[in-house]
Amino acid sequence: MSPMATHAPEPAATNPEILRNFCIIAHIDHGKSTLADRMLQATGVVTPREMKAQYLDRMDIERERGITIKSQAVRMPWEVDGQAYALNMIDTPGHVDFTYEVSRSLAACEGALLLVDAAQGIEAQTLANLYLAMENELTIIPVLNKIDLPAANPDKYAEELANLIGVEPEDVLRVSGKTGEGVEELLDRIVELIPAPQGKADAPARAMIFDSVYDSYRGVVTYVRVVDGQLSPRQKIKMMSTNAEHDLLEIGVISPEPKPTKGLGVGEVGYLITGVKDVRQSRVGDTVTSSHKSATESLGGYEDPKPMVFSGLFPIDGSDYPLLRDALDKLKLNDAALIYEPETSAALGFGFRCGFLGLLHLEIVRERLEREFNLDLISTAPNVIYDVVDEHGDARRVTNPSEFPDGKIATIREPMVACTIIAPAEFIGAIMELCQSKRGQLGGMDYLSEDRVELRYRLPLAEIVFDFFDQLKSRTKGYASLDWKFDGEEEADLVKVDILLQGEKVDAFSAITHREKAYSYGVMMTGKLRELIPRQQFEVPIQAAIGSRIIARENIRAIRKDVLSKCYGGDISRKRKLLEKQKAGKKRMKMVGRVEVPQEAFIAALSSSDEPKDKAKK
Amino acid sequence: MSPAQPVGMPAPGDGLIGSESVQAGSGKPFSLYVHVPYCSVRCGYCDFNTYAQDDFGDGVNLNTFADEAIAELDFAHSALQNSGAEITPLHSVFFGGGTPTRIPSTDLVRILHHAVSLFGLSSHAEVTTEANPDSVDEEDIQILAEGGFTRISFGMQSAVPRVLKILDRTHTPDNVPKVVRWAQQAGLQTSVDLIYGAPGETLAEWEQSLRAAVSYHPDHISAYSLIVEEGTKMWARIRRGELDMPDDDAMADMYLLADRILGEAGYQWYEVSNFSTDISTRSTHNLAYWHNVNWWGIGPGAHSHWGGTRWWNVKHPLAYSQRIRQQISPAQACEVLTPNQQHFEDVMLRLRIREGMTVRELQGQNQMSEDQLHQKIQWLEKQGLIEAVEPLNSRVVLTLKGRLLGDAVTRELLPE
Repeated sequence: MSPMATHAPEPAATNPEILRNFCIIAHIDHGKSTLADRMLQATGVVTPREMKAQYLDRMDIERERGITIKSQAVRMPWEVDGQAYALNMIDTPGHVDFTYEVSRSLAACEGALLLVDAAQGIEAQTLANLYLAMENELTIIPVLNKIDLPAANPDKYAEELANLIGVEPEDVLRVSGKTGEGVEELLDRIVELIPAPQGKADAPARAMIFDSVYDSYRGVVTYVRVVDGQLSPRQKIKMMSTNAEHDLLEIGVISPEPKPTKGLGVGEVGYLITGVKDVRQSRVGDTVTSSHKSATESLGGYEDPKPMVFSGLFPIDGSDYPLLRDALDKLKLNDAALIYEPETSAALGFGFRCGFLGLLHLEIVRERLEREFNLDLISTAPNVIYDVVDEHGDARRVTNPSEFPDGKIATIREPMVACTIIAPAEFIGAIMELCQSKRGQLGGMDYLSEDRVELRYRLPLAEIVFDFFDQLKSRTKGYASLDWKFDGEEEADLVKVDILLQGEKVDAFSAITHREKAYSYGVMMTGKLRELIPRQQFEVPIQAAIGSRIIARENIRAIRKDVLSKCYGGDISRKRKLLEKQKAGKKRMKMVGRVEVPQEAFIAALSSSDEPKDKAKK
Repeated sequence: MSPAQPVGMPAPGDGLIGSESVQAGSGKPFSLYVHVPYCSVRCGYCDFNTYAQDDFGDGVNLNTFADEAIAELDFAHSALQNSGAEITPLHSVFFGGGTPTRIPSTDLVRILHHAVSLFGLSSHAEVTTEANPDSVDEEDIQILAEGGFTRISFGMQSAVPRVLKILDRTHTPDNVPKVVRWAQQAGLQTSVDLIYGAPGETLAEWEQSLRAAVSYHPDHISAYSLIVEEGTKMWARIRRGELDMPDDDAMADMYLLADRILGEAGYQWYEVSNFSTDISTRSTHNLAYWHNVNWWGIGPGAHSHWGGTRWWNVKHPLAYSQRIRQQISPAQACEVLTPNQQHFEDVMLRLRIREGMTVRELQGQNQMSEDQLHQKIQWLEKQGLIEAVEPLNSRVVLTLKGRLLGDAVTRELLPE
């Protein structure tokens, strides 16, 4: 057993030989944060008293959902055979939406822990990230976690991991983040197996940004991995993608709170503060160099974030629109991938059309807006970007059904994704059925072990942004895991379906669908609305239409009785209060012509489930 | 359980009314309501403040009720006088419950006489008691008629034994024509109450009840749709799935049937749920509520109103009796209505009655702009919910369809 390091190596003066940079690849729930906590404790970086569960996940939402959105890097001392080492643990986001951020985190490391739940085995996203790490030529240390669980089956999953990365099952470490078992051995193994970083100490400074976080007190905090040369305090630095120059106000390491240092040298990982206020000025993947003695070549691999999923966000209370704008402006400071522009909907009022990396990104932004800024929002059904060419040959990009041209269409192209699904073999049939119903093409299928398969499908992105993952989960009793990446564009036969209430188009419910699915969308949405919109004093027809052709129709019958039969002396106060309440409720209704539509109907109709939440309600 | 009393401000122990309300109410008709909370059985749908027990201990029982009511009358009289209110002779008196006829008829008369001795009685005053068809005999009715009562309202509810059973009513349907005839012979005006929409009741059964009611030739018929209030026994049974919740569409059909059969028999609607042979047989007391004039409610849980101030008594007979004995106001809480709330109540109550409201009255103290009001009126007229109206000074009156959607019309015509 190794002791804690008695002398922690000094940052800025650390020989790269004693540095070890690694990250942890794991699925949500597989215990990455708990294990990270244990390592912080074992290395003495955090005392038990300071221990906040899941120390690394800073935001509330992350802590509650158990997802790490923003990666951070912690420097930990560790001693093996009397030699002190400095370990940099770089925390990676665990979700498919943040693949690019993951790739940058991986690029900052020489090694990765492949952490898998000993009761569940590897999941699709983990597999995808593992392949990414292997492509980056990282040293992989396979680790089974949660071996303390009664349901743990470490022998089975050790075999699975060993097959995947080509090692012997005995090489798979077994740990418990909960009890701490095996954690010190793991730290020793990191020192032993992961190569020390290599770089040119006397070359012009080059450091890669792998994360960038906005802090309301300090401005943007940029996390970097130095590849060549040295960065020092008060130096002028340059962002190589834009040539923008900044003063280096502070430089340091996280251990686990920020500690200013005399700089960062080859192979070291730490943070920079330049006083900029927007993460767009300090982008993930960019190369930092010194202004004075600039590098000529960047480290490469930089990409602009590309929003792929779009949704309209509208405040339920129209007067909250300025608050929503301010809130988005603030979120943007910390989220380089979030884009938005004002949008007006006849049904929902003023709001914003927002672009996201994926569905989780959308959900996180929406939840942060609601929680941190106290906003009540309606989000329209997510859609993707279409390239539409009309009969006159005019091309346009459509990110909103309302921009869909009315006239004849020559071609429409839609984005495609390559999906990987891992699930127990018994669900193959259910998964194939689902993917076929979503216009998927099977690319291949492999058995990972006797009873677990990996299926590869090519699907239109539009088919997976709505409820694909929920359906996949429900059809596989929660066992399936999914990963996807973009896979070009393809021409498709798509139409716009409009929904009309009493003859008036409700833009919020318009959708672009495959022609073969237009009818089922129309039937589904008119049916949903019939259940969700309360009966009015008059009959309300609900129609679905492609252009002027009606493809589905439902009717809300007129309400016939709405009167309290008794109202005597003792009833008056109660009745007044009831009517006052009803009247206040009416104010929260959106008017579509004369039809009163409750906010809940919009929310429920736009939610992803097929069936209205409360079928019993009439 | 009956629903909790509304939330209000603390009511003053001396029962005094604020000077603004005193002034607003002075000179307006004054009515009296006496709530007798005793019943032999508590019906499954009942949400009134009633108790199926005769004795609450501590010397509080159905034989002491008259003395308690008389004590509250004295309290009311001095509170009104001390407040400086100008009291007019009683416009109407109504004994409700519960089952007022569960206490001796002589007690009812004694309470009435005491009230008249304090406040006086206007010449055309209506004095009504509710009665259960099984709880009065010919002699009781004679005592009431001689004691000054002018009207009896019988809780008939239905003529169909199966429906009565669902409603937990214990009376024999055949007793109804008998008691109505006795009352008519004693020179009293008569009314029967009907309830429609009991779980499982058919349209044919409802027609049978309506035909029976009109065959007794009462002066007045009330037809209420069953309201299943949360917390009642029936509500619990529906929630457990033992009974079906009455359906609003079926209720609407039943109301239309009632309007037709009662109309053919010569009964005209004068309030959403009330029908009478002519203007003189309308219930003065109930109209007093819908005109929101002054009334004092005597008894446990009773509500009172004077010039925009409302208060309501503590509900339990024991708590009520303790207050009365200590000569402090039995009011649990009160509310003083703002001008907007008064307008709100005005619209809510007056639209229920056949005379409706004038456009000017609907406008209130500029609570709504003329343009806005006219737009709303036009829309409601187009929907067939209110009668044809000419701008200004004309009346807004509910149509048959509008009566069924009365609350929707009210909400529409209330200021934003």
